[in-house]
Amino acid sequence: MANLRIEHLNKRYGAATVLNDVNLSIEAGEFVVLVGPSGCGKSTLLRMIAGLDGASSGDIHIAGRLVNTLAPAERGIAMVFQSYALYPHMNVRKNMTFGLRFTGVPPADRQRRVAEAARMLRLEDLLERYPRDLSGGQRQRVAIGRAIVREPAVFLFDEPLSNLDAALRVSTRVEIARLHRLLKATIVYVTHDQVEAMTLADRIVVMNKGRIEQVGKPLDLYYAPANLFVAGFIGSPAMNFFEAKVESIAGGRARVAGAGFRSLDLPATSLAVGDALTVGVRPEHLARDTDGPFTAEGVVELVERLGESSFAHVRRADDRLFVAEVRGREAPAPGERMTLGAAAEDVHVFDASGLRVPPL
Amino acid sequence: MTAEQRARSISVHLVLIAYSALAVGPLLLVVMNSFKARSAIFGSPLAPPDAATFSLIGYEKVFRSSNILTYFSNSLIVTLVSMALVLLFGAMAAWALTEYRFRGSTALALFLSIGIMVPIRLGSVAILNMMRSAGLNDTLTALILIYVAQGLPMSIFILSEFIQQIPRDLRDAARCDGVPETRIFLEVIAPLLRPAIATVAVFTIVPIWNDLWFPLILTSSDRTHTVTLGVQQFLGQYITDWNSVLAALSMAILPVVAIYVILSRQLIAGLTSGAVK
Repeated sequence: MANLRIEHLNKRYGAATVLNDVNLSIEAGEFVVLVGPSGCGKSTLLRMIAGLDGASSGDIHIAGRLVNTLAPAERGIAMVFQSYALYPHMNVRKNMTFGLRFTGVPPADRQRRVAEAARMLRLEDLLERYPRDLSGGQRQRVAIGRAIVREPAVFLFDEPLSNLDAALRVSTRVEIARLHRLLKATIVYVTHDQVEAMTLADRIVVMNKGRIEQVGKPLDLYYAPANLFVAGFIGSPAMNFFEAKVESIAGGRARVAGAGFRSLDLPATSLAVGDALTVGVRPEHLARDTDGPFTAEGVVELVERLGESSFAHVRRADDRLFVAEVRGREAPAPGERMTLGAAAEDVHVFDASGLRVPPL
Repeated sequence: MTAEQRARSISVHLVLIAYSALAVGPLLLVVMNSFKARSAIFGSPLAPPDAATFSLIGYEKVFRSSNILTYFSNSLIVTLVSMALVLLFGAMAAWALTEYRFRGSTALALFLSIGIMVPIRLGSVAILNMMRSAGLNDTLTALILIYVAQGLPMSIFILSEFIQQIPRDLRDAARCDGVPETRIFLEVIAPLLRPAIATVAVFTIVPIWNDLWFPLILTSSDRTHTVTLGVQQFLGQYITDWNSVLAALSMAILPVVAIYVILSRQLIAGLTSGAVK
């Protein structure tokens, strides 16, 4: 268990910039999830923390120690790969002890650690089996076990659940959360799946195009996204965006209007007449009978029924679609005209550069 | 199986059987006739030996009148040492060329692959001069050096391809585990290369064992002759001792077959199954 500090980290391949001035501080025992679309640099960042890729510039400190020039094994990390990366010609026990032979762990200690990890991961009956005889979930547990026996300062997970089927993914996710509580370990976890990010993380780091867009607790990212990218990335289905303009300012209130929704008032603060804005509302915050400051309307084009609720795709005045989650047994019918409202706290406003404007 | 599939399968097998007969036929003739008396070899060359024609005279003569055991041990030494060196250096070079990027690595890979295209025999005269001035004339060392040079380019090429197929994550996992680079090579990569190594071994051994050219120009004494060269002493300008030639050739086939049988067990694909999904 150790803290991790990343300062001004850059990674370039020729002209392409993969990571751009990344700064991140992770507390000891914290579970941090790096999330973002593919190609955003999250895996590269993880590999650089591990020491598998070098940085173009910048520093990485693990437990207060500058590790820039250290080999992966000297950094006190253990990594779990998406592909499990088990040694195919060694049985489970050997897979777990193989690395310990080279790091000066005495044999008795090795067996104790393996026994402990096997108990924790329920692998006791599989120790003599080979990877080819294990299921995907079992292989991933062995890969996690191999990380645990190293007793690392920081655990690194690179999309560990991507190769598992849906049911197994849920149970392994719970398993990882349980392990985090048990080990009180510092964990950096990469995923493109926002459900994994929301459910597992103490803090989420949202990355895009080699930059950190926002760092925060899961619910903070959900309820107060710092910019358009985070607003659109966190949440499923994605947040609806409406283009808008400031029409007039009077008495400290700015009147904002746009296609597809009724005009609404915002605190004027730094706004000026003519400013372009984006108004965002999540599908799950739109409701038929809400009498909030925000009201959108349109004609239902398509309905997706999920059971506990339905997603209505509604065509609005500017001929684009927005999505509303309609709860209850009564699903709207295509062709129906709908008026949907949202409470003030659920309306997000972003300025022309995509940054969040103070709420209503 | 539909009729079409069956017809297809039969025609494929017919071609394979015909090819096998073509390849095995001459070998069978050699082995068969090596157990026959001289008159029977010429009288009915296609007949198997029977009670009247069976004779071990060829084998007797080979063992009595020549240094066949020396030839055999020379061939074995040259082949096995060359094979070991080709595999060791080939695997190491393939690993270095695929795993590490260093200045000139591309040029080096290209240089090594030229060896596949240019037959080493083109340099026979130069090699002869070189070996003579190095004082290696008429030694097994000279042969081993040449065969290692001859076998390396192809083995590097094949092994590089196989190493590239080993998932990257596996090497990264070993690095995170703190396994030293040499141990990664020896204990993680090499075991997974077993099928490739068996393939390369077979490809390396057969031409070396069968080679006549280099022993002919580089070895001059009985002490250093190999089997293929040793057999030549039974082939005279006027008289050829067919009994001895066939007997010696039959024996010369055995070691290669034995090595092939041993290695073919290693030619099991799918050894990496279970490493990654």
